[in-house]
Amino acid sequence: MAVTTDTAASVDSVVRPRGLWGWLTTTDHKRIGILYGVTAIAFGVVGGTEALLIRLQLATPNGEILSADAYNQMFTMHGTTMVFLVVMPAAAAFTNYFLPILLGARDVAFPRLNALSYWVFVFGGLFLTLTFFLGGAPDGGWFGYAPLSTQVPEVVRMDYWALGLIVLGLASVLSSVNFITTVLTMRAPGMTLMRMPVFAWMATVVSFLLLFSLPMITVGLFQVFMDRNLGTTFYDAAMGGEPILWQHLFWLFGHPEVYVLILPAMGIVSEVLPTFSRKPLFGRSFVIFSGMAIGFMGFGVWAHHMFTAGLGPVAEAAFGLTTMFIAVPTGVKIFNWLGTIWGGSLRLNTAMLFSLGFIFLFVIGGLSGVTHSIVPSDAQQHDTYYVVAHFHYVLFGGAVFGIFSGVYYWWPKVTGRLLDERLGKWHFWLMFVGMNFTFGPMHVLGLNGMPRRTYRYPEGLGFDMWNMMATVGAFTIATAVLVFLANWWRTRTRGEIAGPDPWDGRTLEWSIPSPPPEHNFDIIPTVVAEDDFWHRKYVEDDSGNPVAREAPVESPVSTEPIHLPSPSYHPVLAAFGIFVTAIGAVYLPWGLLAVGTGAVITMWGLFGWSMESLTRREHE
Amino acid sequence: MSHRVIDRPRRTLVLLVLAFGLLAACSGDDPTNLGRIVGGDLPQNSLDPAGPIAEQVDSLFWLVFWIATGVFALVSLALAYAVLRFRRRGDTDRPVRQVHGNTRLEIAWTILPAVILAIVAVPTVATLFEVRAAPGPEDDALEITVTGHQWWWEFHYPEYGITTANEMWVPVDRTVYLSLTSADVIHSFWVPRLAGKRDAVPGRINNIRFEAAETGAYVGQCAEFCGLAHADMRQRVFVTSAEEFEAWAVAQASPASIPAEGPAAAGWEVFQTQCASCHTIDGTSASGLFAPNLTHFASRTSFGGATIDNTTDHLREWLRDPSSLKPMSPDLNDLEAGRVLGMPDLGLTEQQIADLIALLESLE
Repeated sequence: MAVTTDTAASVDSVVRPRGLWGWLTTTDHKRIGILYGVTAIAFGVVGGTEALLIRLQLATPNGEILSADAYNQMFTMHGTTMVFLVVMPAAAAFTNYFLPILLGARDVAFPRLNALSYWVFVFGGLFLTLTFFLGGAPDGGWFGYAPLSTQVPEVVRMDYWALGLIVLGLASVLSSVNFITTVLTMRAPGMTLMRMPVFAWMATVVSFLLLFSLPMITVGLFQVFMDRNLGTTFYDAAMGGEPILWQHLFWLFGHPEVYVLILPAMGIVSEVLPTFSRKPLFGRSFVIFSGMAIGFMGFGVWAHHMFTAGLGPVAEAAFGLTTMFIAVPTGVKIFNWLGTIWGGSLRLNTAMLFSLGFIFLFVIGGLSGVTHSIVPSDAQQHDTYYVVAHFHYVLFGGAVFGIFSGVYYWWPKVTGRLLDERLGKWHFWLMFVGMNFTFGPMHVLGLNGMPRRTYRYPEGLGFDMWNMMATVGAFTIATAVLVFLANWWRTRTRGEIAGPDPWDGRTLEWSIPSPPPEHNFDIIPTVVAEDDFWHRKYVEDDSGNPVAREAPVESPVSTEPIHLPSPSYHPVLAAFGIFVTAIGAVYLPWGLLAVGTGAVITMWGLFGWSMESLTRREHE
Repeated sequence: MSHRVIDRPRRTLVLLVLAFGLLAACSGDDPTNLGRIVGGDLPQNSLDPAGPIAEQVDSLFWLVFWIATGVFALVSLALAYAVLRFRRRGDTDRPVRQVHGNTRLEIAWTILPAVILAIVAVPTVATLFEVRAAPGPEDDALEITVTGHQWWWEFHYPEYGITTANEMWVPVDRTVYLSLTSADVIHSFWVPRLAGKRDAVPGRINNIRFEAAETGAYVGQCAEFCGLAHADMRQRVFVTSAEEFEAWAVAQASPASIPAEGPAAAGWEVFQTQCASCHTIDGTSASGLFAPNLTHFASRTSFGGATIDNTTDHLREWLRDPSSLKPMSPDLNDLEAGRVLGMPDLGLTEQQIADLIALLESLE
C-alpha cells in the first residue's frame, strides 16, 4: 500500500464504486446514515399522505372520501409507517451518521452489519408498503390486537403486517448490537462514558431498549402468524388461548418503543440547546441518568395501555403508580433544559426554535400522559381522541420536532451547506401552529366522547367543528413539510457554504470538515473533557466566562495508515433473500418455493460475506 | 359534583374556537344520525356525567387537570421568560458563564414532582378500588350480561329472561352491574355519560358498574377496534322510572305472537326460510344465535348496531342491500366456525321485503 505524504493521513486504496452501485454496496456509516434519512423522508411522505386522507375523511360527519375498509387500512398503515418507517429510521439516520463521529471513531464496530440492517429495513418497509397493491394493506391496527389480527386467515393482510414487523425488528436488533458495541469499544482515548455526548447516551439507551423489547413482540408476531396459518390457538379463547397475552407481549415492546422514539429527540435537543445558548448542558449527569431511568422504567409500565382490559384493581393500581412516577425523570429533563437556556445567550435560529418548540409541546404531551395514569379516569379517555392528542404531542411535538431540530443543526455538517433560515422559520412556525391546530382539538374531541379508529361519526355529537379544525391543521403541517422540502431543494446548490464549525459547536463533529472525509478524523482525537471541542477553543476565566484560546498549532501529521471497511454487495443480497422468504411465507403452502429461494439467496449473501474479508487480505 | 365546574372549561374552549375563527361544518340528512334522539347538545360527553360513578371519575379527572394546568403554566412561563430575557440581541455574543449545574436545585426539582404525584396517587387508588368493587346485596343491583359481536351488542337480563340487541333499558337510581364478554374479537362497552369503558374479551368476563341519576337516553360506541364496521357498532341506554322499566321488562319477557294472516304472516313464511338460521324470535321456531334477537323488534328505536333509526324506509333499504347502510363482509361468514361478519344480501323480492317489514313491525 502506498503511503501518501501530502495529505494528513493515508487511507487504504480500496476502490470505492460511484453512483448507484456505490450506494448499494456502501459500508460507510455516513452514507448509510444518509440512506436512512432519505428513506425516512420518503416513507414520511407516504405516512403523511395516509394521515391527510384520514383527516379529509373525518373533516365532516359521515365522511365519504374513504370506505370503512380503506379507512381501516389507512389508520393501520399510518401508525405502522410513522413508527417503524419514519421516526425510527430518522433517528437511526442521526445515530448512524453521528454516533461514530461524536465518539471520535472512524466507523461503527460492524460496518457491513450496519449495511445489512439498513437493507433489511428497506425491504421490510417495501414489503409493508407494497401491500396496498397486493389486495389491500394491513387493516387490524398498528397494535394488531388478537384475536382480530388472527381472524380471517384467508385474507393475507395481517400476515404481511406480522412478517413485516418481524423483518423490521431484525433490522433494529442488528443496529442495536452494532451501536452498543460501537459505544463500548470504539470511543476515542479519554472519552469516558460520562464524557460521551448526551445524544450518544440516548442512542445507547435506545439500543438497549430495542434489544430487550423486540424479542417480546417477535414472539407475539410469530404466534399471530402461526395462529393464522398453522392452526395453533395461542389467541383463540374457544380453544384455550388467551387474547390478553398478545396485549402483554405487544405492550412489553410497545411501551419501551415509545421511548425508542422519543429518547433520540431528547438527545438531539440536549445537543442543540447548549450550542445555541453558549452554555454547557445544565446538570449533564442528571440528564444522562434520567435517560437511563426512563429506559428502565419504560419496561414497568406496559399495562397502562390495558386499563380497560380487566386486569383487576391491584394490577391497575400498581401500573398506574409506576406510570405516574415515570413523569419524574421526564420532568427532570425539562427542568435541566430550562436550566441550560437560563442565563445563556440564545441564538433563535431554526434548529433552536425546533428544540424550544419540542420543550413546549412535550410538556403538554407529558402532562396529558399523567392524566392517563389516573386509572379510573383513564377508562373514559382510553381509545378516544384524547389519547391520540396525547401521543401526537409526544411523538409529533416531541420526536418529530426534535428530529427537525437535528436536521437543521446537523445539515451543514452532512452537506457542507446551510439550510435557508428564512424558509426554515416558515417551516417551524407553520408546523408549530399546524400541529397545535391538529392535535389540540383532539383533546376536546376525546373528552367529548369521540372514539379512535372510527371511519365516520354521526352529526349531532358535537364533533364536527373540532374535526374540521384538526383537518385544517393537518394541511398546515403538510404545507410546512413542503416548505422544508423546498428548502432542501433550494439549498442543495445555492445554500451558504457552512465551513467546519458554523455554530461554534461544542462536540467533536464540528472539529472535522463539512462534509467529513470518509475516514472522519485524520488523527483520532484524545478527549480530555466533556464538550471537548469547546475546550479546545475556549478557556474559562476566573468568573467562569469563556475566553477564546490562541489559534491551535497545526495538527501533527499522521503516517498511520487508515483502514476503512471495503464496500460489499453481500449485505443487500442477504437482505433481499429475507424479503423473498417473507413474501413466500405469506402465501404458504404455495409460497414454499419462494421461501426456499429466499433462504438460498440469504445464505449465498452471508457465505460470500464471510469469505469476503479473507480474499481481500490475500490481494493486499 | 356540581355542573358549574364542568361548564367553565367548556366555555373557555368555545371562546378559543371563536378566536380561531372557524365555523362548524354544515349538516346534512342521513339515516345514521343519532345525535338528535338524545337530550343535551353533546350526548356522549364524558365531561357531563349522569350518575354517581361517572361523577366520581369526572371529579378525579378535573383535580388532575387543574394540577397539570398549573404545572404547564409555570413551565411555559419560565420557558417564555428565558427565551425573551436571554435571547441574543445583535450579532455578537456576550460572554456567558459556563454553569454546569446545581446539585441542590436538581435534587429539589426531582423531589417536588414526586411529591405532587404522590399526593395525586392517593385519591386515584382510593377511587379505583371503589369504582371497581362489585355491588353488595344491599345495592339490589340489576345484572345484565353483555356480549359483544361483530358488530352489535347483545344484552341479556338473566333475572327477567330477556334478550335484546343494541338497546339496553335500565331503571333510574339503581345500580346496574354488567358482565361483559365477547363472541368473537375484543370489543369495549362505553356509554361515556354513565361510566368509563370496559373491554369485552372472548373467554373472559369483565364487570362494570354504573348508576344513572337522570332518566333519558344515553348513547355510546364500541371503543375497541373490532374490524370493518367498528365505527358502526353503537349502543343506546334508556333510563326510565322503576315502574316503566318493570312494564318494559314484562312486555319484553312475553313471547312474540305471529299474526295468523295478512302480510305479516306472509313475512313469517319468508323469515322461516331466509332469516331463522341466524335470528331468534322467542316463542317461535326461529332460534338462530348468530344475529340479534328480534323478538320485540318493533319496540326498538334503532337497528344495525344502533346506528340506523328504526323506520320503514330504513328497513326497506336494509333488506334490499344491508351493506349499503353499514359496512359488512358477509362473504367471509363461516357459520360452522361461529364467525359472522355481517348480514348477507338475501336477494329478496320487493314483495318479500314488504312482507318481512310487516312482520318486523308487528313484533311489538
